[in-house]
Amino acid sequence: MRALWTMTWTEAKLFMREPAAVFFTLAFPLLLLLVFGMIFGNAPLGDSAFGSVDRSVPGYIAIMIGALSLIGVPITLATYREKGVLRRFRVTPMPTGLVLAAHGLVALVMVLIGTGLVVGTGVVLFDLRLPASPVGVLAATVLGCVSFLAVGFLLGGTLPTARTAQAVGMALFFPMLFLSGAALPRLLFPDLLRQISLFFPLTHVVTLIQNVWMGTGWNMVALGVLAALLLTSATGAIALFRWT
Amino acid sequence: MDSALHIDHLTKSYGGTPAVDGLSLDVKRGEIFGLIGPNGAGKTTTVECAVGLRAPDVGTIRMLGLDPQAQGRRLRQRIGVQLQDAALPARLTVREAAALFAALYDNPADPERLLATWGLADQRDTAFADLSGGQQQRLFITLALINTPDLVVLDEISTGLDPEARRATRDLIRSIRERGTSVVLVTHFMDEAEALCDRVAMLVDGRLIALDTPARLIETHAPAARVQFTAPPDFEAGTLDALEAVTRIERSNGRITAYGRGPLLARVAQHLDAHGVTPPDLTHRPPTLDDVFSALAGSGPDDAA
Repeated sequence: MRALWTMTWTEAKLFMREPAAVFFTLAFPLLLLLVFGMIFGNAPLGDSAFGSVDRSVPGYIAIMIGALSLIGVPITLATYREKGVLRRFRVTPMPTGLVLAAHGLVALVMVLIGTGLVVGTGVVLFDLRLPASPVGVLAATVLGCVSFLAVGFLLGGTLPTARTAQAVGMALFFPMLFLSGAALPRLLFPDLLRQISLFFPLTHVVTLIQNVWMGTGWNMVALGVLAALLLTSATGAIALFRWT
Repeated sequence: MDSALHIDHLTKSYGGTPAVDGLSLDVKRGEIFGLIGPNGAGKTTTVECAVGLRAPDVGTIRMLGLDPQAQGRRLRQRIGVQLQDAALPARLTVREAAALFAALYDNPADPERLLATWGLADQRDTAFADLSGGQQQRLFITLALINTPDLVVLDEISTGLDPEARRATRDLIRSIRERGTSVVLVTHFMDEAEALCDRVAMLVDGRLIALDTPARLIETHAPAARVQFTAPPDFEAGTLDALEAVTRIERSNGRITAYGRGPLLARVAQHLDAHGVTPPDLTHRPPTLDDVFSALAGSGPDDAA
C-alpha cells in the first residue's frame, strides 16, 4: 500500500509538471464551458428543463476522460518504455501492475478534479442544474474513465515510442472530440452523422453521463459498449503489455 | 550458500542465434566480479537472466541462493541493479526518486542520508533530466543501494562519463564493497575492470574464454611488457634481440617497440646508452588487461558504444 501511495503521489506531481496534460485535462474543458456558455447561455431549451450548459457539461467530462486516457496515459507509458524507466522499475520488487494502477488513479483523480472545476464554474456562472443523483453521475464518470483507461493501458503498453503514442492517441482523440457529442452537442448533428457517432466509444461515455445527469436513467447500450470496451482492452493490455 | 551468484550452463538465444552459450561461473560473496567482453558478447543478456528479466533457455541460475524466475520478487528485495539504458522520469527530482524507490522495498535505508553519503544532497530538488551524467550515475547507484542489498549488479555504469566522473565512480564502487556487498560489474573499460575487480570473466560470442584475477589473467595470457622509443635511422634494432629480457622487436615509422619480461626497461636502457642512443621518449608500459583482451578476443574492445 505504501508503494502504491508513493507511486501515485509521485505520478500526480509529475502530471502537474506537464503543461500540455494539465491544459487538456483541466483548462481546455473549462475554456469550452466559458466560451459556449457565453454564446448560448443556459436558458431551458424548448419544453425541457435543461439548458445548453446543462447538456454540455457531461461532454466536457468525457473530453477529460478521452484526453487523459487516449493521449496522456499512452504517451507517458510509451515514454517510460522508450527511456527505460519501466526497465528500471522492473528490477525492483514492485508488483507488475503498480505502475498502471498509479497512472490509473492519477488519471481518475484528475478527471474528478476537472469535473469539480467545470461543475463549480457552471453553477456559479451559468446556473448549472445539478444532477438529481450525484452518486449516479459519479459512478457513470468512473465507469467511463476506467473503460477508457483500459484502452490507454493497451495503447501505452504496446506502442513502442512516445512519438507513435502521440500520433495514435491524437488520431483517436480528435475525431471523437468533435463527433462524439463531447465538444458539440449531438442534437445539432444531421441524422447520418448521429448514426456514425455511435461507432465512437466516447459517444457512449457522453450518453451514459448525460442520461444519468438528466434523470433519464442508465443507457443500457452505452453501458454495454463501455463494459465490452473495458473487457477487451484490459485483456489485451494484460496479454500484450511490453516492458521494453 | 557461499556464492553470491551461481550460473550453470546458461544458454540464451534470440531467434536462433545464441547470445549466451553454455556459460558457467560463480561469484563469491563480498567480491567485485567483472564481466568483460566486446559488444555483443552476451554480458547484458547474462545479467538480464541473472536478475530475472529474461528466462534462460537452458541452465540454472541461483542468485543469493534464489531462483530469479521462480523467486524473482524475493530476490529483488535483496539485490540492487543498475541496468544499461535505464532512466527515470525526466521531471522527477532526486529527492522524489529516492523516496519512491525507498517505498518499493520492505527495509529501505534512510533515503536522505543515502543521498548525503553519495554527494547528492545539493541536488535534492534537481530534476533527473537536469543532472549531469556523473550525477545521474551517482543517483542510479544510490537507488541501487536503497534496500541495503547483499549484491549489486552494475551494467556499464561508466559509459558516457568523463574521466573525472569515471574515477569518482570507481571510488564509489570500492566503498560499496567495503560494506560487504558483492558487486557484479559489467564493463567494456579494461582499465576499470583491472583496477576494481577481484576476478574477471571474459566473454566472447556468448562463451566464457577466461576467468581469473586480473593479475593472473595478465600473467597467463599477456605477460609481455613493452618499451617504446624513437631511434635514429642507423640504429640496429636487431641488437636488442640479444638481450635476455627481450622476446620480440617491432619497428614502425622510426618507432621501436621491444616486448619482453623481467627487467626489460633496465636492460633496454642500458643497451641503448651503451650504443650512444639516448631517446628522449623512452617509455615503459606494463601489460594490462587490455593486452589480455587483445590476445584472447582478437581485437580491442569497441569503445564506440
